[in-house]
Amino acid sequence: MNRKHFLFALTATITIQAACDRGDDAGPRTGEFAAEPEAKAAPLAGAAKVERGRYLVNAGACNDCHTPWKVGPNGPEPDMSRQLSGHPAAFEMPPPPAASGPWIGAIGATNTAWAGPWGVSFTANLTPDPTTGIGTWTEQNFIDTIRNARHMGAGRPLLPPMPAPMYAQLTDEDLGSIFAYLRTIPAIDNKVPAPRPPVTAALAPATTSIATRN
Amino acid sequence: MGRRLSLLVAVIAVAAAVTSVRGHRRTPPREPIARTVAPASLRESGLYADWASKTVAAANRPFSPQYPLWTDGARKQRWIYLPPGAVIDATNADAWQFPVGTKLWKEFSFGRRTETRYMERAAHGWIYATYVWNADESDATLAPPRGTLAATEVAAGVRHAIPSDADCRACHANSASPVLGFSALQLSADRDPQAPHAERPEPGALALPELIASGIVRGIPAWAAAPRIGARTPEERAALGYLHGNCGGCHRADGPLASLGMVLAQSVGQPSAVLATTSARASQFTTATAHVRIVPGAPAQSVLVARIGSRVPATQMPPLGSQLVDDVAVELVTRWIAQLAPTPSEGAIR
Repeated sequence: MNRKHFLFALTATITIQAACDRGDDAGPRTGEFAAEPEAKAAPLAGAAKVERGRYLVNAGACNDCHTPWKVGPNGPEPDMSRQLSGHPAAFEMPPPPAASGPWIGAIGATNTAWAGPWGVSFTANLTPDPTTGIGTWTEQNFIDTIRNARHMGAGRPLLPPMPAPMYAQLTDEDLGSIFAYLRTIPAIDNKVPAPRPPVTAALAPATTSIATRN
Repeated sequence: MGRRLSLLVAVIAVAAAVTSVRGHRRTPPREPIARTVAPASLRESGLYADWASKTVAAANRPFSPQYPLWTDGARKQRWIYLPPGAVIDATNADAWQFPVGTKLWKEFSFGRRTETRYMERAAHGWIYATYVWNADESDATLAPPRGTLAATEVAAGVRHAIPSDADCRACHANSASPVLGFSALQLSADRDPQAPHAERPEPGALALPELIASGIVRGIPAWAAAPRIGARTPEERAALGYLHGNCGGCHRADGPLASLGMVLAQSVGQPSAVLATTSARASQFTTATAHVRIVPGAPAQSVLVARIGSRVPATQMPPLGSQLVDDVAVELVTRWIAQLAPTPSEGAIR
């Protein structure tokens, strides 16, 4: 069942990313910052901004990967008591099963650990915890992270299955709203492990950089 | 907000141009003509006076930063164009302000020309572009927005990666000045003889003394006229310089990553903040054997060494721009950390 879930999620991710890629590659780079459409309304602020962020987080599937899943009365579901706190530190993952034939990856039972040609990625803690979450981030850090598909906008690449190329299509205002909402959810102390490099080191640089390039 | 302002400036520029064409303004257009997008090919950028012979236009002056960025051992050449009479405001010695019309080129060669990066200071802000050379070097055209792998190999089976638009911004837009290699420290006449991979400035290269004497650079404080990194040994100077040139664009006291509290940039005239912000400081990123940014005397336990010594994408530092470890720099930084006294607060080298 997990593999079915994984394949569905991976296919969806690849499809979405491919759609975004087609848009990106439609022409040569313009080499400048694109101008935003002229604003038609005052920027959102306060409760309205948070509410917009809540809507986008819930519609944008953030809980699917950043909230650990549990088996509830109706089957697997996000454990909202650990909302958006990323891969649980206590849930230590053994090495993933070896890839076989056309099967290139695996997924942990919590939906928060993903293995593939890029290595093993663990979903991030998005709560406002200052030490293990994004409590010290600025709104600009968050926008830059999504926009550039890099940690804090300039660090390591975001890894699959994070569909950053899709979310990068959002406006700064929408991303700012998501960040505003994330500031309001409970802070959870959960130190997500660092990503693990691919087992086949020889494949690491090329496959990972291609997989994560935005 | 900045983009809206840019849009407004662009609209005003277009309106002014239209007005001028219709004859309401008799004054000739100011050079350079305001551009909003990068030229479609390098040929149109004005680098060469003669394309066939690749003769660089005389107005484009070469320069050579003393602490260059590592790019897998590429041979690099850099040029800058400054509009006649324009000045660089160097009041902030660490963040020069360049006049509209400034252009910079950096050419990367791996046995042949592979890539030429381009920056232009337009009225609305900086324009970034990367041009990819074809195999016979007869043409260089814009790279795709997501970057690409070049045809040239930097090692067996490893091809040079041309950065994406987002990666351009990740480095240049985060820095004190978007121009990373043309600064007081980088162009100081007091050059570091041990700086890794520094190219010897070619004849006619611009350096700080000429820039000040000619009046191109104005407002620079007298104490910043020949900057030099304060260090206790030549080796420390070179190591700090390497970190400044390769890491200091992002890791600085202000800017988007200030909350990390990790300063690898040098500020002209100020004591280095590198050890104060790394020595015995816990790292957010950890490995099996390293949990602290720099452990004085113990490079193997220092995350900084682990990260500059890796090219696994999720681990490597800098996080983009190279596919191979800079062995010379890793050895230099390793040696420097090994010589640091285990009690960094005393500020002495064993």
